[in-house]
Parts: sequence; C-alpha cells; structure tokens
Amino acid sequence: MKWGVVRFPGSLDDGDAIHALADVMGQDARILWHKDESLAGVECVLLPGGFSYGDYLRTGAIARFSPIMKSVAKFAADGGLVIGTCNGFQILCEAHLLPGALTRNRSLSFVCDRVWLRVENASTPFTRATRQGDVLRLPIKHGEGLYVAPEDELRQMEERGQVILRYVDADGSESDAANPNGSMRSIAGVANERFNVFGLMPHPEHAVEAMLGGTDGLKIFQSIAGSAR
Amino acid sequence: MSEHPVSLAGEPKVDVEQARTFGLAPDEYHKIQEIIGRTPTYTELGVFSVMWSEHCSYKSSRRHLRKLPSKSELVVQGPGENAGAIDVGDGWAAVFKIESHNHPSFVEPYQGAATGVGGILRDIFTMGARPVASMNSLKFGSFDHPRTRYLLGGVVGGIGGYGNCVGVPTVAGEVMFDAAYNANILVNAFCLGLVRKTEMMSARARGVGNPVLYVGSATGRDGIHGASMASAEFDKESEAKRPAVQVGDPFTEKLLIEACLEAGKTGAIVAIQDMGAAGLTSSSSEMPSHGGLGIELELDQVPLREANLTPYEILLSESQERMLIVAEHGREAELQAVFEKWDLHAVVVGRITDDNRWRARWHGQMVADIPIGALADDAPLYDRPATPPKSSPKSDPTSSVVFVAPSKALRTLLDSPNVASKKWVYRQYDSIVQSNTVLGPGSDAAVIRIKNSRRAMALKVDSNPRACALDPYLGSVGVVCEAARNVACAGARPVGITNCLNYGNPERPEVMWQFIRGVDGLRAASLAFGAPVVSGNVSFYNETEGHAIPPTPTIAVLGVMPDVAKHVTQHFKNPGDAIAIVRTAAPSLAASEYAATFGIDGGRLNPIDLAREAALIDALVEGCEQGLIRSAHDIAEGGLAVAMAEACFNPRAILGAEVELGRAGNADAVDFFGEGASTVILSIAPGDVARVEKLFARRGLEFEVIGNVTADPRLKLGAALDEDVSDLQRIYEDAIPRRLRGGD
Repeated sequence: MKWGVVRFPGSLDDGDAIHALADVMGQDARILWHKDESLAGVECVLLPGGFSYGDYLRTGAIARFSPIMKSVAKFAADGGLVIGTCNGFQILCEAHLLPGALTRNRSLSFVCDRVWLRVENASTPFTRATRQGDVLRLPIKHGEGLYVAPEDELRQMEERGQVILRYVDADGSESDAANPNGSMRSIAGVANERFNVFGLMPHPEHAVEAMLGGTDGLKIFQSIAGSAR
Repeated sequence: MSEHPVSLAGEPKVDVEQARTFGLAPDEYHKIQEIIGRTPTYTELGVFSVMWSEHCSYKSSRRHLRKLPSKSELVVQGPGENAGAIDVGDGWAAVFKIESHNHPSFVEPYQGAATGVGGILRDIFTMGARPVASMNSLKFGSFDHPRTRYLLGGVVGGIGGYGNCVGVPTVAGEVMFDAAYNANILVNAFCLGLVRKTEMMSARARGVGNPVLYVGSATGRDGIHGASMASAEFDKESEAKRPAVQVGDPFTEKLLIEACLEAGKTGAIVAIQDMGAAGLTSSSSEMPSHGGLGIELELDQVPLREANLTPYEILLSESQERMLIVAEHGREAELQAVFEKWDLHAVVVGRITDDNRWRARWHGQMVADIPIGALADDAPLYDRPATPPKSSPKSDPTSSVVFVAPSKALRTLLDSPNVASKKWVYRQYDSIVQSNTVLGPGSDAAVIRIKNSRRAMALKVDSNPRACALDPYLGSVGVVCEAARNVACAGARPVGITNCLNYGNPERPEVMWQFIRGVDGLRAASLAFGAPVVSGNVSFYNETEGHAIPPTPTIAVLGVMPDVAKHVTQHFKNPGDAIAIVRTAAPSLAASEYAATFGIDGGRLNPIDLAREAALIDALVEGCEQGLIRSAHDIAEGGLAVAMAEACFNPRAILGAEVELGRAGNADAVDFFGEGASTVILSIAPGDVARVEKLFARRGLEFEVIGNVTADPRLKLGAALDEDVSDLQRIYEDAIPRRLRGGD
C-alpha cells in the first residue's frame, strides 16, 4: 500500500510513522511536504503527532490552512483513507474532517504513558484486523487530548458507531482512573460518518516493535493496509 | 565617520565604575585598557565583560580542568568544540554534553529550564549530530520549603514544554530535594546526538573572505548580561534579574535543528556555533579565534525584533534559537535556500579576515576593534587560593545509630521524595519519540538503540552532594563509580564522561578547594574506567547571601553495548531465580538517605578501591553480554532494602523475594539501609549461578547468593522484615503526588 505521511513544520512523529510503515512493515511510505498540494498518488494519508507550527494559537489551528490540507480534505471527500494520530487528530478536528475537539488535559499537564484501549467498532477500515472488545496497549503523549463534543452529537456518534477506541483498564472496563486526560465518555479515537477518516490520541506508530514495548499498533496499520481500494 | 571605534551618543561614560557594574574587577579593567591601548568604547566594555565572565572564560577553573583525561582510542572529539564525541561503532559518533542553567531557573523556573534544554540541544546539533536523547539532573530545596513546589512545577513544565516540542525524548534524569538547595536550585541539562563520524561539523573558522551568516530567530533584548548573572552570587535583588532570563521558542528550535542538519549536508558550512551565553559576541569571537583568524561584523544587518537596539544590546543579547555560520565563499545562496525552506532568517552579517582582530561596525561606524585572542583564548586565567575548611566533619561511624524498626524505616524511606518514584516528573516528558527508547525513565540507566545497527547506548546522570559535602574527593569518585555502574547494570561498557561541576563562589578558598578535590576525584575515576571526559561545564557562584550549595559535580556516563538484545533491566524476572549481591566494600550510613531521614550522624565515607570498581563493572558487562544475568540493580539511596523492593516492582507483574541477610539474623541498619559500597543485586537463573560466581570470583570480588525470587509478592529480608510488595509500591508511587495534592 502507498502511504503518505504529512510533514508540517513542527511535526515530530513523522519519522516514527515512516519507520513503522516502511522499515517495520515493509510498506511504501513517503513524506508529503506541507507546502505542496500533491498527494503523490498515495492510498492513505497519515497526519502525524507533533506541534504543527508550534501550536501556539490552538492545536492544529494553523496546520488546517496549509496547502497540503486542501488536498487532504478533497482526498477525504472522495473517500480516501486518512488517519491522524495525536496532533494529526487535533488537525482533523480543526479542519472539520472529524467531529468534536481536543482540549487541555484534565490534569493541565502533558502526559506520556502507556494506556489500555478497547475497540468499540471493529468493522471500520482502521480496525478490521481487531475484534470488537479487544483491548490494545498503546502509548499516549500529549498535553491536549481531552475529547469534547456536544452531548447530542456524542449520542449520534455512539449510535452510528463512530466512537472507535475508548480508554479502559487492563481488563477492558471503563473507569475514571483509566481515563488519562478526562475525555468525555473516555473517548480516545473517532471516525467520521463515512468511516474513511480516523483520529486517535494514542500513537500506534510507537507500538510496532516488541523491544520498544509492544506491537498492538500494528493491528491498526494492518487493518488499513488490508482495506486498500 | 571615524575608523577608530567610538562610544555612541547617549551611552554611559566608560570608567572603572562602569566596569564594576558590568562585573569586571578594577585590575581587569586596567588590563583591557592595556590590551587595546586606550579607553574601551561602551560596546567594547560590554563585550569584554561577558567574555571575561566566569561563565564564558572559565578563568578560575581552566587550569584545573586541563588535568582531566580526554583521550582514548574511541575519542573522536575531546574538549574544545561545542560538545565532545565518542566512537560508538558502525560508523557512528555519539556527541554529548551536560550544561547548567541554575541561575536563570531559580529566577524564572519555566523559561530558565526550557532554555537550558534548548541551549544544550544546539551544542549537539551544531556538531552535525541529530539529538536523540535528553536527560536532566535537578536539585530543589526541601519539599516543605514554600518555594519548592513552584520551582518544581516550573522547571519540570519548562523541560517538558521545550523538550516535548522539539521531538527529542527525555529518557532519564535524577531529582533530589534537600534544604541545602532552598535558595539555589540546580538545573543541569544533558543531550546526546548521533552523527556519521565523517560528517561531523566544527566551530573552527577558516578561509579569509568567507561570509558569516546569522541564522534562526531575530535578536531581541532578552538575556542581556545572562552570562554575567551566572557569574555572580544571588542576593535579595536577584528577583529583579528576571529580564536577564531568556525566553525559549521550541518550535523555532525544531526548525533550526532540521535546517542546520540539512544545511550541513550541502557541504557549504565551514564552521557553525550556537549563539549561547554572550550570544553573537562569543560565537563571532570564538570561531575565528580557534581558526587563528579575525572577523568583521556589520551589526546593522542583524535581524531585530524591535527597531532601536543598540550595538551593545545586539552583541550581548542572549535571544534563543540563533546560530552563526561561516560559509564557503560563493555558496551563501545554497544555504539561504535551505533556511528559507524552513522559514528561518539567514543573513550575511560579516566576513572572516586575516588580521586577528574582532571588529564590529554599525551603519558604517566602527564601534569595536579588539585583538580577537583577548576575547577568547587569552582571557584572564586565575590560580585562586584553595584551602580545606577548618572544621572537618565528625567521624564516629554508627555509634549513635538508633535502630529504627526495619519495616518502619523501609516504609519511611520509600516515602521520601528522594527515594520515591519520580513518575510524576517523567510522565510529563515525551520519552519515546524517535522510536529508539529501549529503556526509559525509571530504570538504572536509559538504553537507546541505534537504528540499522545491533548496537545500543546506555546513559546515566548522577550526583551525590551529601557525599561530596563530607569529602569532595571521595564523593566525586563515588559519583563517577555509581554512574558507570548503572550503565554496566544495563549491560553497557562505560566509554565516555561529561560533567557539570556546580560549586559556590570560587573566590572563597574553601570552595576552590572543594572544586579542585572534585576535579581530582573525577580524574582518578575517569582513568580507572578508561572513560575519558570529553565535554563539560562549570557553574560557580551557586550561593545566596553567603550560603554555598554543597559541592555538586554532576556526572553523565555514556556506555555502549554491541547487541541491544542483551540489555538487562533492574526488575526481577522469574520466581525461583537466585538473588545474589556483589560488592567492592562494606556499606556504611555515611551520606545515606537513612542518616538524613532519621537525623543521625552517618560517619565518614569509606575509601574506594578503584581497581575493584573497574573489575566489578567488567564482570557485570561480561555477565550481561553472555546472557547470564536476568536482572541487575545498583544499590543507591535507601540501601539494600529499598533496592530489593524496587527490583520487585516489575511493571509486567510484581514479584517477591526472600533473602537471608548477614550474620544469621544479626543484620542491622547498616546492612539494610547502608550505602556507599558499590553493591549490585543480581538475579540469575539457578543453572547459571556457578558461572556468574566465577566471573566475580576470578576478579577477587565478593559474590554471595542471599536468596531467591518468589511468585508470592512479599519482600522478606531475614526475620526482621516481611512486607507486602504492593503496599510498598503504593507508598513508593504515591509519595510525590500525595505531597503535591497537599497531603502532609
């Protein structure tokens, strides 16, 4: 599968994404420069973690106006697969390609840790290599990961199955203690209504090698690779 | 306009009084007059004052630092560049350095710590190396001190705020709380980078006529006289020095990292240096001086944040995220294109000359003309008097020890912020970005793999001010031993050292004595381990209103292992494994956390046998390389009992341990909680015990099997202690969060 990883100024996990996709999984993965408009014929666009443009104004607020994002929006409108991790998720929300928004963690501090996540919908292009109820172990590292959306919208999202991942305990149950940032309904990852755009705060690209702490991130990328049109 | 340098309209009169307000002694002022043969201009006086500050010139420490070993067959770059470099194999050089940012962090903790991280990063990537890991060593006042929480929150927030935003993982560190730092905290920042040995860059200018490029952020008024602030004691007015603290912009730093590394690949860079302490002045004088050349600067070309900065302000500003580059003549545009791609300034602000002068013009008017050597390599050098303090510490080891019940003592020690888990701190740092962190914070040493290679590096930063206060020589030796031993516990062989020497006012003979003894100790240990000191930094004047900090040499050790798969962690792995201790000497309560916690006199430090220390490290590394050691944990704060508990806290599943201690039930506080001896707890598969024993016995080291790992999560130390490990872990994990929540 051909992947494009967008490099914004201030992107940080772009190299990690390329490493995971190309070096570990043997996929065809390339960098897409933020000032370009071409997506170079890729089949999946990944918006990586980081602090695009410094995120001094609001996370993702500037990145959404970059030239490449026009093309990403069009690509998504045409049904192309887009995944945003961490800052990528924040950018997708800012660009209204995903519902809701990500705000300052409940603790008001940056948090770097490994968390458990329950798969809520396994029939999406991003999760089809998992089963509903599977519990994944992935790292998080963010200061603004508290997911919010209006209650009405949340209810509709739940009904449509757009909530893909939730923070849980090791045994798969929701609890306040297992919610690392105070996200509403413990939401860690959501998709759009068409299920071709997916954003999540955890970092699957940082969970692809046992030596570095786990391989559950591969399940996300394998799902996408298996969904190539 | 005059070709002779002149002060500008409105600038204060230059005389010995003005010199004094800039921190220059009267004899230094007269020496300046002598060197340039006239009264300096205001700009020149400012330039001399920062370049001759202790912080920039190392005028009190230079002659002693020369004693440090800096050579080995692995040294690619010793002291003299922005950072040192060690060959770590497969064509890679590890570039690393540690530096202090103590004074600014006390005045403004968030920005002080943040810009400390930024500065050390720039020292690494100016060498052409991509920064791959950061560490830090932090010393705060007592946890109960009213300012400590503010400073802790600010410093940790600043380190995270900057480090997390530039994509360099913070992989290890140390945090200590002690009343000795109530009025003078320490923030020491370390960075490690990797570069192909053949692609290293230099800060040595060459090529008369080569253009000098200013790249990065524009210059503002922040940080003027920062170097001078770092070269004076604190007093009640120190709060007013906040404007001398710089403000960091990690986003620009990230761009600068990418742009500088990309620009380096063009081959058009002759020399490059960070505008760190003393900003444009130091970088523009040191690069040509090291190359035996001169420079002429056009200050009106410097990009400014506000229009009306004077030449004096432009030269002394310590605005962050700026670099000075000497380019190959005619290839400026190539470099400018790279910086433009990353939306950064790249402006020609001068050229290299052949006449060994440092000249600066402003709108055509000469404002400074100084023999360049006087600013850089020929700055004043002092041989300050050094005498031991009159009252040497008391020495009546252990006679006054009150034997606190071991169970209570262990619980109390695990609850001490110095022993307890620092997860509250390191959870705020991105420790995994770049996908190389095999072992991150919370381990004896961090382990960073090298991609496309089987090799890995182990890193540890350490200090022990309580031991250094008792004996600045032995304390310093012990710190190096401990850092090296930690690296060896991970399975890596120590190959290089960097140091940050934090002391009080060197003009006081007893402080100078502490410093010299510290350097002597560092030298002895470095020689014993064959691990040279390739870079470092000295921070003097760590005192407030006459009270100096305890001598605090902070040591970082780099280790290398040929096969990352052989790395070892501190946690017990399997029930039934044998637990053994190996050590070079008997433990003692001197300088121990136990003595500090329970207010007893721990007595004198035991001597250290460096040959045995080196043998211990050798045996550990060999045992790990042969895959014979399941876990290795160094005994540090809190002694054996704390180390045993920590080894049981396996994050996958907690385990227990059952051991017999010393002389059949006669174990006492020294056995349980003593420190100082180089002691390591190993766990070993039962079938490998004999082979491991041989490794140590062959080297004449004590090796004793004391018990075994149990599935039952209880820690049983002889008859005296039997504790539930989860209980202990809860105390250990919650000690700092509980205090921050406002619990007592």
